[in-house]
Amino acid sequence: MNSFDRLPTDGAHAVPIAEDARSTASAGAQPERLLILEAGRTERNYWRDLWYYRELFAMLAWRDVSVRYKQTVIGIVWAIVRPLLTMVVFTIVFGNLAKLPSDGAVPYPVLVFAGMLPWFLFSSILSDASNSIVSNANLISKVYFPRLIVPSAAGVVALVDFAINIVILFAIMAWYGFMPNWQIVFLPLFVVLAVLASLGPALFITALNVKYRDFRFIIPFIVQFGLYVSPVGFSSAVVPDAWRFWYSLNPVVGVIDGFRWCLLGGESQLYMPGFLASLAVVAVMLWLGIRHFRKTEKTFADLI
Amino acid sequence: MSDVVIRADSLGKRYLIGHESERERYIALRDVIARGARNLMRSAGDMMRGRQLIVGDEVEEFWALKDIDFEIKRGEVVGIIGRNGAGKSTLLKILSRITEPSTGRVEIRGRVASLLEVGTGFHPELTGRENIFLNGAILGMTRAEIRRKFDEIVAFAEIEKFLDTPVKRYSSGMYVRLAFAVAAHLEPEILIVDEVLAVGDAEFQKKCLGKMGEMAHHGRTVLLVSHNMMAVRQMCRRAIVLRAGSIVFDGAADSAVDSYAVSQIDRSPRETWLRPASRPIEALGFSKIDATISGRQPDHVLECKIDLESVAEFASAFVAIDILDEVGVALMQALPTVQPFILGKPGRHQIALDVQLPPLVPGTYTTEFWVGSHNTQTLDVVRDEIAFEVLETPTPGRTFPHTRDHGAIVPKSVQQYSFLGSSERLTEAHVSEGRRPE
Repeated sequence: MNSFDRLPTDGAHAVPIAEDARSTASAGAQPERLLILEAGRTERNYWRDLWYYRELFAMLAWRDVSVRYKQTVIGIVWAIVRPLLTMVVFTIVFGNLAKLPSDGAVPYPVLVFAGMLPWFLFSSILSDASNSIVSNANLISKVYFPRLIVPSAAGVVALVDFAINIVILFAIMAWYGFMPNWQIVFLPLFVVLAVLASLGPALFITALNVKYRDFRFIIPFIVQFGLYVSPVGFSSAVVPDAWRFWYSLNPVVGVIDGFRWCLLGGESQLYMPGFLASLAVVAVMLWLGIRHFRKTEKTFADLI
Repeated sequence: MSDVVIRADSLGKRYLIGHESERERYIALRDVIARGARNLMRSAGDMMRGRQLIVGDEVEEFWALKDIDFEIKRGEVVGIIGRNGAGKSTLLKILSRITEPSTGRVEIRGRVASLLEVGTGFHPELTGRENIFLNGAILGMTRAEIRRKFDEIVAFAEIEKFLDTPVKRYSSGMYVRLAFAVAAHLEPEILIVDEVLAVGDAEFQKKCLGKMGEMAHHGRTVLLVSHNMMAVRQMCRRAIVLRAGSIVFDGAADSAVDSYAVSQIDRSPRETWLRPASRPIEALGFSKIDATISGRQPDHVLECKIDLESVAEFASAFVAIDILDEVGVALMQALPTVQPFILGKPGRHQIALDVQLPPLVPGTYTTEFWVGSHNTQTLDVVRDEIAFEVLETPTPGRTFPHTRDHGAIVPKSVQQYSFLGSSERLTEAHVSEGRRPE
């Protein structure tokens, strides 16, 4: 081949400009690091990587939130109507028909709504996160980043809905003339607890869902079933004392009790042994979830 | 600091694939139930052990890559070529950390950005502006970096007017331009590119090639996977040829492209192609193709008899024939000039096409038979199955033999006249390229 049929660019890279490269490359970027890829090598700086990709996390979360409210006619209205209607039904069924007692002097609708807040947070994180990897298959198979980002970002959408719900709760409380007291300062802690409680099982199911697609059918079932076995429509104080500890092994019980304790002031007592049991279950599930997720995330791109 | 930025050491990637063992000829309900139960037991067992579920009852190991060793130095632009299934994409996926190697190791120095697809993560509902930020973040840019280059990206993509329109309303050209523009403004130390040059119009492709050349000029390391041999020749000084998961050549790009041509394409001319049973027709497809070459240079005619079969209704379709040289560079496309449409009724269709070939340099040419209903909707392609050989030279009077190095086609004639230096009379020297001897 003679030299005429080449593009002018060819002559340019005949001269290696390594020095120049190093200076331009490191301008603005972090120092070069050595990356070793090997079979079964557990990534040692996984958590640092996660921090490094925090902007991607923010972008994905922002994408999920803005896509959710784009091109929807009722948009935010839906986020309001759903919990309100559920509250009305639960108040009628459990409060008026079954005549279950409320906690102290708390109006029944407020009791129900305070329980629904964490339940909706839990269930939407669970269902959004567990489908997130499969629905972002094109990203997973084309770009590297710590996969933990995707289900976590999906969880942010649930937090936005949660923020809307909490405004509704305050409106309902104001309607009934119910004032929370100082315990409300602990609310952020319980929100974190609710997120952690849902992330554990969510990550576990997310990882399983990539490998075995059957799990996507299991989630709606868990969500539907969980609504009734968790104290959403009633106070957990109605559970007989002998069973209460075992009942608290459902981590959502601890989360809901915590929410009611800090939102409904002194009216709703925290049953300590049960709460600690819930905390322990949350911690174990979170650990299991992250461990299983991390163990399998390297194979996601091959399986998806 | 050593100047090697990528070092691969006996790298391998294994996949497990399942097969159905031969189907029994008489299917009895009892057998079906028994087999179903056996499969269920096996999947349950696999699941308990956390293994991958495999369809079929025979499991086979498949090595997509095996014992790959290479080193890439800073500032090198390396092409990776090979047929489909040779392991190129797997290699890129390992290097960009999407998948883990099964054996061996790779050491990478510096920030890697991989571009395995343009517009990865573009969301149709989001606007162009939003997608620039999203796509940038996905490709590994920080928000500050994107903001700094935002105007440049928009200018490169030429979409200023549509910045706040959701990308689902973009034309495919705009979409691709925007996607490439974001990618082109990445500043990684190592850039891994797969086939993206195949997109966009010619002018945009040229712009992309220029941008990549510029990147290499700034000392960045570029790995380019492409089927476009011209791009590899132009961009790369070095190329690696993969075949069936192993490196068969590693060296100068020109020789690599030649060796690829020699090793990959069956150069013997083949005149007939029959559809194999393993590739059933989906909607409309070729069932048989016959192509013979007749006439003499430079008036060769490629006579094609094409049998098509359609199993579904379709609006209308037409056939196009691409003629490629032995390296895989498309030389020309032949579109029939007669009313081209095959009207869409299920059944068999038969057409004959005669392609008047231009004067061609001796060598082997392969073809690509395409049928589709629109220039973007492909219904069927038969690639590299029909090949023809040109033996005669198109220019009998020429002093030097033609070779491929000087182009694939030759001019019909070149005439030289001289006006000065000769005092007697005007001399006319014919360099009769392609002139038929009278």
